[in-house]
Amino acid sequence: MNTVEIKTDVLVIGGGTAGPMAAIKAKQKNPELKVLLLEKANVKRSGAISMGMDGLNNAVIPGYATPEQYVREITVANDGIVNQKTLFAYAENSFSMIEELDSWGVKFEKDENGDYAVKKVHHMGTYVLPMPEGHDIKKVLYRKLKQTRINITNRLVATRVLTNADGRVARALAFDCRSGAYMVIRAKAVILCTGAAGRLGLPASGYMFGTYENPTNAGDGYSMAYHAGAELSGIECFQINPLIKDYNGPACAYVTGPMGGYTVNAQGERFIESDYWSGQMMQEFYQELAGGKGPVFLKVNHLAEETIANIETILHSNERPSRGRFHEGRGTDYRQDMVEMHISEIGLCSGHSASGVWVNERAETTVAGLYAAGDLACVPHNYMLGAFVYGRLAGESAAEYCATAELGEVNEVQVEAERERIFAPLTRQHGRAPAQVEYKLRRLVNDYLQPPKVARRMELGLARFAEIRADLEQMTASNPHELMRAAEVSFILDCAEMAASASLFRTESRWGLYHYRQDFPEAGGGEWQVHVQVKKSPTGDMTVFKRPLEPYLAPPEATEQYSYQHLRIKSEAAST
Amino acid sequence: MSYNPIDFPVKVNLDKCIADKGCTVCINACPLDVLAIDLSTGKAVMKYDECWFCLPCEKDCPTQAIHVDIPYLLR
Repeated sequence: MNTVEIKTDVLVIGGGTAGPMAAIKAKQKNPELKVLLLEKANVKRSGAISMGMDGLNNAVIPGYATPEQYVREITVANDGIVNQKTLFAYAENSFSMIEELDSWGVKFEKDENGDYAVKKVHHMGTYVLPMPEGHDIKKVLYRKLKQTRINITNRLVATRVLTNADGRVARALAFDCRSGAYMVIRAKAVILCTGAAGRLGLPASGYMFGTYENPTNAGDGYSMAYHAGAELSGIECFQINPLIKDYNGPACAYVTGPMGGYTVNAQGERFIESDYWSGQMMQEFYQELAGGKGPVFLKVNHLAEETIANIETILHSNERPSRGRFHEGRGTDYRQDMVEMHISEIGLCSGHSASGVWVNERAETTVAGLYAAGDLACVPHNYMLGAFVYGRLAGESAAEYCATAELGEVNEVQVEAERERIFAPLTRQHGRAPAQVEYKLRRLVNDYLQPPKVARRMELGLARFAEIRADLEQMTASNPHELMRAAEVSFILDCAEMAASASLFRTESRWGLYHYRQDFPEAGGGEWQVHVQVKKSPTGDMTVFKRPLEPYLAPPEATEQYSYQHLRIKSEAAST
Repeated sequence: MSYNPIDFPVKVNLDKCIADKGCTVCINACPLDVLAIDLSTGKAVMKYDECWFCLPCEKDCPTQAIHVDIPYLLR
């Protein structure tokens, strides 16, 4: 395979949501810098918002919410385990980002006075800003990338970030999933924006790519950050979502809630006060099924025709537009029928929960020159707008870092070793198909890591994952596309091992179903008011350790502290 | 996989597809890179059963030659 060498100042890996913003902001901060945006798919249609987005879930808009109020709510929603500085950095920059996106042409819902039409979905505050015409957001980003003259490379699979002798970022290694060329990219700073680990659990449908997250997002950045020596945090706080059964897309109570839709049990009764996704909400969902009151449904059939038609238009043209044909295939009509929901397979995603690469309020990881933003950066519940805000912070921080940083050197042995590791499946005449190894690995993730969690199961899981690690050496690929799938299996395996190790370490229950330990069913005391970090030791072992919480800047008020612990509707609970 | 995937989600109307005239819109759009040119027809074809049924291929096709079905396993 031929090798292509590229030199840049800032390398952004991932061109979905955070990545384009990071690239634009780095270049705007210092137009002299060379900024390269590297994408595994095609920037025009990549990432979680390839078909747009139907709203902002966490807009902090003056008049509706304050940064302090938002930070307190997310602190409670994430069961206290947050670095409030990072939440503040998001919240304080949220509104200016909305205004900037608006000026670029992204459409948000406004009332008759031209003010943002914010809706209430969360338990306490008001943060949801609908985007009924949000299908064009990738086009807007792409136009802005072109105006800012960002260099873009598509169809490159980044596999490792290497550091120099001082531990600073110096290289990224990648390959072209069409030509098979090996790419050695010299960079002063690398920004990881590769999205969630969305291909971790196996969907109940058995279709490997029928995931909630865009399945291109296989946990690439989690794995790259880990091997670069960065700390990851909250990995045990899994992403588990209440989704449309089999379709595995969001039922979208955020869209339907403000219009009068809600989640019900089989008797058509509401059982949760708030449809905002949290571990505690998922725990109530799980209890409802365990209590014989399932399945759980999204109910909108009591609404007026024009409301239902509006819901249909939004949900069937945005984010996951194939939803309409899924319902059509089963003869589901919102006017008569409720939408059957289920509990998803697990993933890692700080956009929705909290698992990610540890970052501070400047989007810096613990490795010099390495930044992270979006679903893979540990900024709990930060969603799409958080990806844009942290993309901006990462881009600007990286640009500042480049003012003094030099291009680093690495031991070329590492570059050659990675070439051999990555291309090995192409050299094997016989072996295992990556798809088969992936299927087995993800089935094992379901078997051993899907909550409720218990130590013995997770220990067995780790033993089985070790066997899969040996199987990686048997994988064969006949072309660069299959080679991409083989590389992704190793990302998924790294994520699975981190998920098991972090979950075993936290010997308490927290975040409702996300980390419900049957062998430690209660929340621990102060000793577990800590972050759990995962890091690769210098000898190559996976280490797990505690990182103390920073003192809260905005402590939740006494009345707020337990609000996410009492999501079950009280009158309903009293009658059972 | 152990089964033979014969019902791929992405269906290409060969009469409408203009890939043989140089169009690669759907092939470039696909996040999973599962579309390719079928060398026997010159038209676009779904080569790998790795579909997220996300629809950029269908929406961006300049001749409306593509229809994406929900994959059979979750239909």
